[in-house]
This record gives sequence, structure tokens and C-alpha cells, in this order.
Amino acid sequence: MSITHSAAGPPSGAGLQPTSGRSLKGRPRRGETVIRGALFVAAMISVLTTIGIVVTLIRPSLDFFAEASIVQFLTGTEWAPRRGEFGAVPLVKATFLITLIALVVAVPVGLGAAMYLSEYASARVRKIFKPVLELLAGVPSVVYGFFALTFVTPWLLQDLLSMDVGFTNALAAGLVLGVMIVPTVASLSEDAMSAVPLALRQGSLAMGANKMQTTLRVVFPAALSGIAAAIVLGLSRAVGETMIVTLASGSLPNMSGDPREGMQAMTGFMATTAGGENPVGSLEYNTLFAIGLLLFAMTLVINMISISLVRRYRQEY
Amino acid sequence: MASAVVAARETTVAIATGRSRDRSVASLAFLIALWFSLFFGVMVLLVLIVSTALDGAARMDGALFTNYLSSLELDTSGFRAGILGSMWLMLGTSLLAVPLGIASALHLEEFADRNRWYNRMIELNLQNLAAVPAVVYGLLAVAAMSVLGFQDSGIVLGGSIALALLILPVVIITTREAVRAVPREIRDGSLALGATVWQTTWRQTLPSAIPGIATGTILGLSRAIGEAAPLLLIGVAVGIRFDPNGFLSAFTALPMQIYNQTSRPQEELQTAAAAAIIVLLVMILGMNALAILIRNKFQRSW
Repeated sequence: MSITHSAAGPPSGAGLQPTSGRSLKGRPRRGETVIRGALFVAAMISVLTTIGIVVTLIRPSLDFFAEASIVQFLTGTEWAPRRGEFGAVPLVKATFLITLIALVVAVPVGLGAAMYLSEYASARVRKIFKPVLELLAGVPSVVYGFFALTFVTPWLLQDLLSMDVGFTNALAAGLVLGVMIVPTVASLSEDAMSAVPLALRQGSLAMGANKMQTTLRVVFPAALSGIAAAIVLGLSRAVGETMIVTLASGSLPNMSGDPREGMQAMTGFMATTAGGENPVGSLEYNTLFAIGLLLFAMTLVINMISISLVRRYRQEY
Repeated sequence: MASAVVAARETTVAIATGRSRDRSVASLAFLIALWFSLFFGVMVLLVLIVSTALDGAARMDGALFTNYLSSLELDTSGFRAGILGSMWLMLGTSLLAVPLGIASALHLEEFADRNRWYNRMIELNLQNLAAVPAVVYGLLAVAAMSVLGFQDSGIVLGGSIALALLILPVVIITTREAVRAVPREIRDGSLALGATVWQTTWRQTLPSAIPGIATGTILGLSRAIGEAAPLLLIGVAVGIRFDPNGFLSAFTALPMQIYNQTSRPQEELQTAAAAAIIVLLVMILGMNALAILIRNKFQRSW
């Protein structure tokens, strides 16, 4: 969905600045001021949400780190909350492995689709395929999870490719997750490539380059930072996705790094632990928030990188 | 000279129509690869729908809609509580997200002074919120409910708070785009006739932007209706055997039940889950179609 980043769009706003809530007599109207205040408060809700998230995550996490060592949490290789082993590395490793598989699918397919839509497609083809991509983005993740569990693993991996994969495995989760983020990568990359000025293409074609050379060596590099932002945003989607990973990759922490085995990812742990019966305030309940905090911090950093990449390419033309 | 003219025409045609006369092997292979990428998504979507429909075909019956979930009578287990719960959830989510989203968007688009640091902070914050994982909103909703004084967060209100905050960035961003598309002349005309800024916004700008706002909101809701992760975190029950009757009622939601039934070993429950997925997909498709319909029917070009 391309809307995610368009908040940074062309400078607008303040469309009615000159009169700024005053009547012609220059006296502020009380009703108008109240309404403006109410609108401002509504807009501040989003800031409150962020503060709320940070506070919500940090307080139980502090309780957690009072009992479990933070060094063990970040470097320990055994995750077994019931036995008091709080090394988050297996969960993080699983998240990264599944995300990596997803990117291997989503980057080439998403970029290919974006290049076609931006450089080759006629207006009619674009009009047909863009809604289809949006629809692909609209399929709920629990449905993708079901698809991974009942189609990709038994039919595609085990029967068709006769691979020796478990009932739950990281490979199926990653492949389906990749399909899920294709629309994100494709849509934002297409925006970036469409923003490349026509003159660059004309210049390239006039020098005798063909369409493929123009696309790959002129348009692609010119749109690179926007494309990078699209990939990074897809990455943050993949890291935070829950239901596919929970259903298709299982709930056993696993350090092996073998994609044919099931392994519990960070979000997978959150989903299964929340479903269980853990009293509020218990150590096991607090682990939920510690993992949540780690996840939030990771997606925040990834997203900041994406935003700064978009800023850079916006300034270029 | 003539060849230069031909080449120029070729280039112009290539740019104008998107067609290339280039037929070298590399170019064709590249074009085929691009075609494949584009069709890949369509293919997966088709396979997903067809395979799920085949899985669930046996259970596309009335019991699916009228019965409650049952782990005893596997063949007549139904998703009545989940379907009704999801509808209540959508009602609650839209009641929270739509007024808040429109108000925030109007502030940012029509009133905010972009040079103020706090307005810039709101903008940056919105971009970040849009990328916060859905599970995290579940944790936030649990905290919000305990602040509001509720013991149990697994009620319709708790779910609505989680999903409303989740889709708020989408609603705000699409509303801003719709408001931005209303030409300045409309506002100037209204102001010149003596209307105040708020009167102009309320009676001119907002009504003109309604189709765009409606489209964005419905798309946001269609994303919310399929979300299971935040509901898992707030502790929504699965095996509810009554119809939810208000915003403070315990409830379950369709995606929650699908998740639960999928992770059960019994074959019959998997079939029922597949049938429920088809119901969920039809709901989402319907919402998307409605959004597209509104966009096409009411969209004005100024």
C-alpha cells in the first residue's frame, strides 16, 4: 500500500492560513477556537498512541529485566521461559531467517512487477493489475497462514518438490510471507520509478539504448533510494507479521537455522504466550512485553531508515 | 537524415505506447521475467482462493452461519459468534476511528502551521505508527483498557480500541489526500462570501471530500476485519456460545476462530476453517468492491 509514506507528500496544509480563525473584524471567534482546539487534540491522539506504546512496553519490561539479566536476554541462545532460560537469540534468529526468505521472494518479484507497471505497461494493463496487487495486500494474514499450512507445506514442498520438511517449517512461512509483502515492495517501487523524469528515459533512448537497458541502467539507479525504501518497508512488515509465522513456523524455539525445521519467531512467541493462561504481572507475562519492546525497537529503526531514504529521493528531482 | 527521423519516431512511439520494437534475446527474456513477476501475484491469489474453496466446499452450508463453534459435533460446527462478533467489532472500530481520523486530518491539512515543531512531530509520528506491528497494538489496548478501568480487555470495546488505533494512520492519510484534492477556489469562494474558516471546512471542504474519505475508511476497515494478532493479545475468547449484545459484551471474531480451528488436528475443523475463510474473503472483497464503487461513482475531477 503506497499510502504509508505519502504523509510526507507535497507541502500542503495550512490551506486557510491567512484568516486563521478570525472574523473580518479581527476578533477571534470563540466557537472557532474551541473547534480548532478539539481538532488539535484529535491529532495529538496519534502522538499519545506512540507514547502509550512506549510506556506500555517499557514498564513490564523493566520488571522483567529486574529478574532476568538483560545480557542473557540479548545474547543467550536458549529460550525456555518455563525453565527460567531467557535468551532471545533463537527467536530473533528465526525472525531474521523467515524475513530473509520472504525478501528473496518479494524483492525480485516486487521489483519485476514494478518495472513492468512503470515502464512497459499500457494505461489499461496498469488499471487492471494495480487493484489485483491491492487485493493481494488485502488478504488477511491468518488466511495466508492457513494457505502455508494446508497448501504450501504438504502440496508444494512435500509432494511436488519432495523436500524433507516438517509439518511446521520456516521455509513455508517465509515463502508465503514473501508473497504477502510483494504488494508493498511493488507499489512503492513503482511510485519511485514513475517519479523519474521522462527526460532521463528520452536521453537514454536517444543515445541508442534499448528499453531494457534504459530501465535497468537509467530508471532503476535513478529511483534506487525510493526502491530501497520500499524494500526496507517490506522488511519491517515482514518482521512484525504474526499470524503466518505462528501458524506455519510453529512454536518451538530452535537455534538450528535450518529452514526445513519449525522455529518460533518473536511474534510467534507473543501470539502463543498471549493465548495461554499467564497471570498479569508474572514473569512469563512480562516476557511478552520484553519481546514486544525488542520488536517495536527493531521496526522503529527499520522504518526510520525507510523514511530517511524516501526524503532523500524526494529532494532529487 | 531519414534514418534519424525514423529513429526519433521509434523512440517517441516506444515512450508513448510503452511498446518496444526491440526483439533481442536479452530484451525478450527480461520482458518475460517482468511478465512472470506481475502474474506471480495473480497466480498465487488464484491458487489460494481455489485451493481454500475446494477445502471448504463441503462445509459451505447453513450450519456454518447459524451454529456456534463446537468441538463435539464436528460436522455442524459453525462460526455464528465469530461473524456477529466481527460485525460488532467493525461497528466499534469505525465509530472510534472515523471521527478521530477525520478530525486529525482536518487539523493537519487545514489548520496546522507546518512550521511549528509539534505539527511536524505529528507528521513524523504518523509515518512511524503506520509501520508498528499489529501485535503491539494488542498490548497497547490491554493497557488502555486497564487505564479505563476494565478488568477484562477481551470485550468488543477492547478489540475496537486496538483495531481503531491500528487503522487510524490509514484513515488519516487517505482523508488528508481527499481533503487536499479539493481545489483552493472552493475555499476562497466560501471565505469571500463571509463564511468563517470552520464553516468553510464543515460545509464546503468536507462534503466535497466525502467520497475519498469513505473509500479510505472502508479500505482501512477491510484491513481491520481480517486482523487476528491484536485480538489474540487482548485475550479474546474463541469458544463463545452466545451472540454479543453490546460494546461491553464478551465476543469472538472470525479471524480468531479461523486461527484456532486451523491449529486443531481434526480434519473436519480444518474444512470448517476453510469455509470460514471463504466467508471472510467474501466480506473483504465486498468491502473492497464497495470502496472502488464509491471511488468511481462519486469521484469528481475538478
